[in-house]
Amino acid sequence: MPEPILDIRGLEAFYGDFQALYGVDLHVNEGEVLAIIGANGAGKSTLLRSISGLMRNEAEQVRYRGEPIGGLRADQVAARGIALVPEGRQLFPSLSVEENLMIGGRIGRAGPWSLEAVYGLFPILKERRNQASTSLSGGQQQMVAIGRALMANPDLILFDEISLGLAPIIIRDIYTALPGIVGGGMSAVIVEQDITKALSVSSRVYCLQEGRVSLEGASNELSREDISRAYFGIE
Amino acid sequence: MEWLNAIVQGMLLGGLYALFAAGLSLIFGVMRLVNIAHGDLIVLAAYFGLTTSVALGVHPLLSLVAVIPVMAGLGYLLQRGVLNRTLGDDLLPPLLVTFGLSVIIQNALLEAFTADPQKMNAGALETASFDLGGLTLGVLPVMTFAVAVAVVAGLQWVFYHTPLGRAFRATSDNQDIAQLMGLNKAHVFGLAMALSLAVVAIAGLFLGIRTSFDPSIGGGRLIFGFEAVIIGGLGNLWGTLAGGVILGVAQTVGAKIDPGWQLLAGHVVFLFILAVRPNGLFPRVDG
Repeated sequence: MPEPILDIRGLEAFYGDFQALYGVDLHVNEGEVLAIIGANGAGKSTLLRSISGLMRNEAEQVRYRGEPIGGLRADQVAARGIALVPEGRQLFPSLSVEENLMIGGRIGRAGPWSLEAVYGLFPILKERRNQASTSLSGGQQQMVAIGRALMANPDLILFDEISLGLAPIIIRDIYTALPGIVGGGMSAVIVEQDITKALSVSSRVYCLQEGRVSLEGASNELSREDISRAYFGIE
Repeated sequence: MEWLNAIVQGMLLGGLYALFAAGLSLIFGVMRLVNIAHGDLIVLAAYFGLTTSVALGVHPLLSLVAVIPVMAGLGYLLQRGVLNRTLGDDLLPPLLVTFGLSVIIQNALLEAFTADPQKMNAGALETASFDLGGLTLGVLPVMTFAVAVAVVAGLQWVFYHTPLGRAFRATSDNQDIAQLMGLNKAHVFGLAMALSLAVVAIAGLFLGIRTSFDPSIGGGRLIFGFEAVIIGGLGNLWGTLAGGVILGVAQTVGAKIDPGWQLLAGHVVFLFILAVRPNGLFPRVDG
């Protein structure tokens, strides 16, 4: 079996005195789409913050392509090819749509994604390229956030709750676009509260509960009962 | 005509105040840092310029070739070495540290150069003037104003048309997300302070050519700079230029009414504008 692109062993994360993750073990294989589900406060976002370097951890707890990256700053992690689409989109309000995309591309890694490629994926953004990013609808802002992460040409892309607060039709559009995004060998981690959506696009799934992995398995093999037990912790 | 003269001279004086203020405005905009040592850094730049031009026997303005990079480098090191450690959710630590820095710079200058007023010798430039429609304008004040406009236009261009400016605005918007874009905020802040002190270098040189200076005058320059920034509206560079002009006109018109009112008139106009428009005349509009 080839070495996983991301290997997390015994990850612990803290907010001051509060412990959010208790020894999480998780790995992402090259080219796969991994889903992480779990209730509010289960530690999903904390996990993504730890991977992306927004939270610093013990270096050895997060390994990327064999290199310990748990202790690196977010910009150092980004330079190694990990991009995060943050929860709530978090575009830069002072920057236009196109500037948001351009700043995503400033890392300058080689790859298929460019302004033209992002505009090809989301044509509406090309029409709105010179508008303030805050003037877009929620769905369009999400497109900018995804495009901004893709512009870095990452090898591993992390999606944090990309359907949150969006209309169902927009969510459908974005999930329809997803295979085109993560094809071509890019690995992806999708954190999602919508379990059906998460299972439909992923090959494997982890369920987090109160900072621990409560279930892991292939997305098409887990039963509803297993998942709801792992999700809510009901016996 | 005398009143018109006072207003025009005040506008030109405002150019100098805008130079004091532009660097303050820039770093506040990028990292919400209020630099109490800003005025003393201006005075430090003036001494650098004086020393350089005397040592090399060159015109003070030519010393800018050396003073700008030295001040910019100092700014970067100061930010990376000291000021970055003070930034956080609390506004107080950077205030206290830059206040301490202000005291240190003043005393170091006092040790090195004594308290005697110094003046740069700019030769004929100091007294050269020309007539324009009945008004007599000094070449130096006109030049100062032109440089101030050029500096503000240049900063505006950097902010809105270069990758560095995008990095400044993105980091100002959201430090975490900017970090995800591969921007090391410690480095970005260092560059912002370097740019700020490059402007300080220019301000210091024009201050030192225009008037005599001694180590204690930094605080006053800081106040003028602050007032220009607040009048113009925080985070708006053209507003800062307008703020400098309003302050300058208020001072010269005040002095025209009664020579003792020069500074007071400037402060009164500042307080009036602060009371009527607490966000300044041209606050930055976000999205």
